[in-house]
Amino acid sequence: MPEPRLRARRVEGGTSRSGVLARWPGVNSLPFDPIATCHGATVLRVVRAVLGPTADSEDAWAETYLAALRAWPDLEHDRNVEGWLVTIAHRKAIDVVRRRSRRAVPVGDAPERPGADGIPEPADTQVWSALEALPPKQRQCVAYHHVAGLPHAEVAVLVGGTEAAARKASSDGIRRLRTTLEGHQNE
Amino acid sequence: MNDSTATILRERLLSGPGVPAHLVDRLARSAAADDLHDLVHRTVDSPVGPLLLAATPVGLVRVAFEVEDHESVLADLARRISPRVVPAGPLLDDVARQVDAWFDGDRHDFAVDLDWQLSVGFRRTVLRRLRDLTWGETASYGEVAARADRPRAARAVGTACATNPIPIVVPCHRVVRADGSAGEYRGGRAAKRWLLAHETGDRDDVPGADPGH
Repeated sequence: MPEPRLRARRVEGGTSRSGVLARWPGVNSLPFDPIATCHGATVLRVVRAVLGPTADSEDAWAETYLAALRAWPDLEHDRNVEGWLVTIAHRKAIDVVRRRSRRAVPVGDAPERPGADGIPEPADTQVWSALEALPPKQRQCVAYHHVAGLPHAEVAVLVGGTEAAARKASSDGIRRLRTTLEGHQNE
Repeated sequence: MNDSTATILRERLLSGPGVPAHLVDRLARSAAADDLHDLVHRTVDSPVGPLLLAATPVGLVRVAFEVEDHESVLADLARRISPRVVPAGPLLDDVARQVDAWFDGDRHDFAVDLDWQLSVGFRRTVLRRLRDLTWGETASYGEVAARADRPRAARAVGTACATNPIPIVVPCHRVVRADGSAGEYRGGRAAKRWLLAHETGDRDDVPGADPGH
């Protein structure tokens, strides 16, 4: 492992402070776009899976990416970028749910349908509305494991509880989704 | 739980549209509002191929041709300027419109703030002087050296032009060889010939305007 000071001297054209710092070991110097933004569609699906395809999910996406941009230069270089983004998205989705519950009015109606607020409908409406009908914990575990691709252990860190519980919630969620979708087919 | 069912469901969950443009615009706007837009970028189509435009809050810092590989240009800018590289959304619309108009021949110069941080010393002096060369005008490397009070520095002028970070807007294509031939260019010789012909109005006389050749 070379001494940091020696590394910093090798900077080409590095007159700017940020240029020097960017080459210090462990400090991220990769471009946010496209390295982080290429996961944008996955992050959007994750927040849609958790919050439903409403304007709330767009708020959560926008807040996730802004927070990620702020923290980006300090991200450890060996960190899994998509997993990191999903972790931020999870927190932002919680923030949005809290805000939503503060301003909530009790409704007996069906939840907002895809396409409300001019948001493009996900291609596969059936699976998304089936997902919306899952209990929150199952929905989160399905979103983080099956949509974001996080291992059950990391899902457990996000949603709380044990790895086994996260695995079970995820598989219960999928089973329920399958039953719902099979019901649609038989209609 | 059956694995193949999970796979099929997962595929259904992963299909669907990408990030809509209005969300990208929103990210660009809020990055600018929070001073996190260290480097914004977009591409514009042009007759000499897609051009990458990159700007800092100071001004336009880089214009890159396709032959330079836009992705590696962005990686280089991230190392040299800041890793906070953001899609421009609407932030470079004005610059892009000016570039379009320039290629259409509707405007002959640019009203764009420039960030010179990628060129230093004599190179920067030379490049700043190039803005005195107006549309349709050319000068030899030696003439530009003389104008920069270094009459024997024709070769250094050549280097300054070859490393011009903001080509087209800083018109290094107007610097040609003493014998009048176009000479080398960051975007390729064919692109330089196209640009020169575009300004003199005999563009049709240039065969193979494709910059790749």
